[in-house]
Amino acid sequence: MAKMTYIKAITSGLDQVLKDDPKTLIFGEDVGKNGGVFRTTVDLQDKYGEDRVFDTPLAESGILGLAIGLSLTGWRPIPEIQFMGFTFEAMDGIVGQLARDHYRFGGQKNFPVTVRTPFGGGTHTAEMHADNLENYFVSTPGLRVVTPANPYDAKGLVISAVESDDPVLFMENLKLYRSMKDEVPDEKYTVPLDTAKVVREGTDVTIVAYSAEVNESLAAADALAKDNISAEVIDLRSLSPIDTDTVFASVDKTHKVVIVQEAQRMAGVGAVVASDIAEEKIMSLDAPIGRVAAPDSVYPFAQAENDWIPNADDIEAKVREIVNY
Amino acid sequence: MANGSKQIVDFAKIKATMADPYKHPVQVIDREGKVVDPDTLAKYSDDQLVDFMKKMVWERTLHEQTMNFSRQGRLGFYAPTAGEEASEMGSVTAFKQQDFLLPAYRDLPQMIQHGTTVAKGFLWSKGHVEGNQHENPNMLFPQIIIGAQYVETAGVALGIKKNGDEDRVAFVYTGDGGTSQGDWYEGVNFASAFQAPAVFFVQNNGWAISVPRYKQTAAETLAQKAVAMGVPSVQVDGMDIVAVHEVSEAAREYAAAGNGPVVIETLTYRYGAHSSAGDDPSRYRTDEETKPWFDADPLIRMRKVLTDKGVWSQDQEDKLVDEYKDEFKEAMKEAEAAPAQKVSDFLKWTYNVPTPAVKKQIAEFEAKESK
Repeated sequence: MAKMTYIKAITSGLDQVLKDDPKTLIFGEDVGKNGGVFRTTVDLQDKYGEDRVFDTPLAESGILGLAIGLSLTGWRPIPEIQFMGFTFEAMDGIVGQLARDHYRFGGQKNFPVTVRTPFGGGTHTAEMHADNLENYFVSTPGLRVVTPANPYDAKGLVISAVESDDPVLFMENLKLYRSMKDEVPDEKYTVPLDTAKVVREGTDVTIVAYSAEVNESLAAADALAKDNISAEVIDLRSLSPIDTDTVFASVDKTHKVVIVQEAQRMAGVGAVVASDIAEEKIMSLDAPIGRVAAPDSVYPFAQAENDWIPNADDIEAKVREIVNY
Repeated sequence: MANGSKQIVDFAKIKATMADPYKHPVQVIDREGKVVDPDTLAKYSDDQLVDFMKKMVWERTLHEQTMNFSRQGRLGFYAPTAGEEASEMGSVTAFKQQDFLLPAYRDLPQMIQHGTTVAKGFLWSKGHVEGNQHENPNMLFPQIIIGAQYVETAGVALGIKKNGDEDRVAFVYTGDGGTSQGDWYEGVNFASAFQAPAVFFVQNNGWAISVPRYKQTAAETLAQKAVAMGVPSVQVDGMDIVAVHEVSEAAREYAAAGNGPVVIETLTYRYGAHSSAGDDPSRYRTDEETKPWFDADPLIRMRKVLTDKGVWSQDQEDKLVDEYKDEFKEAMKEAEAAPAQKVSDFLKWTYNVPTPAVKKQIAEFEAKESK
């Protein structure tokens, strides 16, 4: 086993699926010779050839059209949308077409497309490069949405996403790409698409988070531990569907919950988790549900983004409020 | 620049000449029924020409019967096709079963010709899943968001190329309004960039609901838009079934041979409303505007050619119309006998592997449905 960055783990997973299934195709803007603007697909064109890993013209709706048409002719497409902000240009392709096509055929045809796309704040990008746009996609029937928070899950989840016959939106956190290293097996393994994971056990309060906010939550849990507050941290990993069983089991144990997201508060994943808990587990709660989210402004100008993105201190403060309720 | 001196580039001249290659739309039989290209017509046997006529009578009768059913409240959304018989039948008959058809909502007649039934067409209109399940698997459902079928065509065509399928292309339809969509350009350009075997049809019927063709673009023709993508294109008299068939066959052959895509603009006309939902064309166009098109009717001119040849008669046509009507009434009975749809099935088809929440909802609906 080798220590791998988050981005290397994704590359390793993509290498695996290209090797396993000759019908898999990687395509998008700059994914070929350049290996992607972040080097996620680096060397894959050399290894598998231009037929399997190729550049497309610069047009996201065209990329999704390509993916759907290739599915119809027996291929297993893995398109890249260079930044999640650019998915707006492919909204009809992802939401209006891809997510609905299996249903439209009455289940008779599969559209096994994995749309990979980087997102996430904290690296001072240009506008439309960092937004957390998952809210638009988790309300889309027919589409699975997953996002790994560590290198191990990144490889296992990308392999599961490609092997799934359902369309999957695979969100890669660009702040995590090179800031995290983990033991990642060289050989093939999978992480299930629809399960959350308890990443730190605790007894006093449950923190539910995903993507980069998992690390912030773990840092908050460390700080809280110094005051003998034992926080359990759950990484959702899958945003659609949400693994409520894992969340509910933890709430039954701790009776207190704080839900964390980097996205704006309005109508988001955190709101869905909160309503699920309120609906099923309200009698198990000893305090109101706490939420930590970005404020409801447009994604901030890069210079000020660290004032805007929820961090470990914000999480710690909210947990103290809920624990001391 | 000094006053009066000659400019380095003459934009006015460029603009005035850029539609030059499209000055003469391809035509074999003119609006009076006169054969203007006898050499091309001679390539067709009388049987083939009679078959073209039968297909146009079939489509016209299908349209009329469908409008009747709509008025009786027995159908849902339907986009009238009268006037476009030559464009639709002339094109679809140039393709083979293995070709992949990506239709839009006005293309039910081509779908039926390509390998589904009239009953399925009715089921699609009524809003039933069986209307999307066709005997010929090389077909998508009619696209509703205009433009999506164009980008998907590039994908199907690239898939055909990657599979190494020989003698196989993707073909797709949109209207004049459709050429204004960004997806139109992305689709044609992607197919061009990958030199993929696709034939893109633009059925220019003059109207995008109420907006006339000239308001869509200042380009003199829609066909010339393809030039910017490095794609050859042609304008064809869309009321002349022989001309449409000829250019479609040539386009298919060119694309299937690995030369990349083609764009074909058929000059046709939408006689009726945009849809059976009842927009009123008299709000946006006059009889003066429409009359020349009604006079250019594709059936009138073909009827003349065949009657002159002595291979067609009004009696024969009337008999055919009656036969087709009976067929369509039977098809409607078949469509009306389709099993009721279940929400539990909709949930089952939403994902390949149902999510836990969907599983729960399936159980809830199955319990309701079994009552």
